[in-house]
Amino acid sequence: MKIKQLSIFLENKSGRLTEVTEALASASINISAFSVADTADYGILRMIVNKPEQAEQLLKAKGLSVKITEVIGLVVPNEPGGLHRALQILSSEEISVEYMYAFALSDRATVIIRTEAVQQAITVLQKHKLELLRASEIYEL
Amino acid sequence: MKWNEYIECMDREQLTKLQSERLSTMVERLYYNVPFYRKQFQKNGIEPGDIKSVDQLKQLPFTTKQDLRDNYPFGLFAVPVADVVRLHASSGTTGKPTVVGYTRKDLNIWSEVMARTLTSAGAGKTDVLHVAYGYGLFTGGLGVHYGAEKIGATVIPMSGGNTQRQLQLMQDFGSTILACTPSYALFLAEAMAEAGMTVDSFKLKAGVFGAEPWTEEMRREIETKLKIKAIDIYGLSEVIGPGVASECMDQCGLHVFEDHFIPEIVDPKTLEVLPYGQIGELVFTCVTKEALPLLRYRTRDLTVLNVEKCSCGRTLVRMKKCLGRSDDMLIIRGVNVFPSQIETVLLEMNETRPHYLLIVDRVNNLDVLEVWVEVDGQLFSDEIRKLEALKKKIQHNIESVLGINASVKLVEPKTIERSEGKAKRVIDKRKLM
Repeated sequence: MKIKQLSIFLENKSGRLTEVTEALASASINISAFSVADTADYGILRMIVNKPEQAEQLLKAKGLSVKITEVIGLVVPNEPGGLHRALQILSSEEISVEYMYAFALSDRATVIIRTEAVQQAITVLQKHKLELLRASEIYEL
Repeated sequence: MKWNEYIECMDREQLTKLQSERLSTMVERLYYNVPFYRKQFQKNGIEPGDIKSVDQLKQLPFTTKQDLRDNYPFGLFAVPVADVVRLHASSGTTGKPTVVGYTRKDLNIWSEVMARTLTSAGAGKTDVLHVAYGYGLFTGGLGVHYGAEKIGATVIPMSGGNTQRQLQLMQDFGSTILACTPSYALFLAEAMAEAGMTVDSFKLKAGVFGAEPWTEEMRREIETKLKIKAIDIYGLSEVIGPGVASECMDQCGLHVFEDHFIPEIVDPKTLEVLPYGQIGELVFTCVTKEALPLLRYRTRDLTVLNVEKCSCGRTLVRMKKCLGRSDDMLIIRGVNVFPSQIETVLLEMNETRPHYLLIVDRVNNLDVLEVWVEVDGQLFSDEIRKLEALKKKIQHNIESVLGINASVKLVEPKTIERSEGKAKRVIDKRKLM
């Protein structure tokens, strides 16, 4: 249930993002989820792609700082309280979320969650019958 | 005005004789009291009594900052530590500072040369001397302080920082002489204007400025803005602290107090002694100090010596304002900084040596240091919180090693230019030389 996410360190300079997307496009790597965390000087680009290892090698070869991090892909109903229920479960187990980003498609929403305790979070969420995406599923989204 | 006209205007032949006598005694003393020097004398076949004249200086070994570190803390002292009444220290590369010691007689020598310095800047008994050099392990504050007391001036031991209070007290106490780094003098001038104070409400007439390189343009700016005479002073703690050399009111080179510190100019590569008038590295031999009399100490400062008699009447040799360094040392806000010190800090955070770049600039007349660090491998975390913590930690460790604030910027790998495989470590935008 662990999903490999690609994290890339980018300085806030014009054209940097394009370089990454261009490299992935030319290698036919698909991006299924994507988020940017930014500060005044730099940002961290986080994304789920269908070939994480290949993408890592490719971007490293371009001289970027790249890292693969394990995250969870949680499916929640696209309705009021959908996300709240899942977060309540994690919070009651004292699992803290480092960061998360989400995308909704019709009646379902997928939330990418990063926590230090990935395995524990998976176990807890499954115990409460929440739906988690398998790596193979999310890469094909 | 001269504090010690007898020495400062001494006939050069007589001065050379005095230096020779003192050097001869010093070599003998070092032979018996400092194993570091004895070993080198024996290696070069020098016996006590062999050195009779300053012409033989070139037979003597050099001393470097590394020698001081290797013999940390008191290994080069020529007296028992019990006879040392004061220690000063400067920041070190791996936490080990450079330590210098003074006996009571050394403190008297220091006061004497600082008394000469202040007198040549026009200070006297009736002056109020505002000392804004840092007090503490740094030699600046206390060095000026003792000289100022010796000439009988009224001393305000302000130390650095708290600019508003500095201005307030300078105004209230009617300070006439300002002692600080030249960049701080400019900073004070601007703070004065911002606070709506006019320079005419102050009684300043002169300033003794040193501890960092500065230009003639800066001098003109200080002189115009503060309506004072800006005098350049030179010193380094390994030799004694401030008071090694000082300009006179004619501002045409710094008179070296060579009855105590004999200067030589050497080629930094071959170490050959160069004649007067040629640019090279300045080297000092202490001939009167007791606790830490170093032989041929390599300052790494590049300059030229001029032996012509000055229009002020002094016969002491004059050194030009420093023209640069023969190593990579930077002086930031009066603090000596080696890029290797920052490298050591970074190494402690990572297994491999990260690429870094130091950018030094002068903003509003204050030196600022920016450290760029390439985020690579181990340093990279995909959480902002951790990257920000890393930044703070680097900042904090730099401050604890160097004692100065640096702003840290995390940059992508390969941002820092490599030339011939070696990264460029420093960009100094201050244009001081």
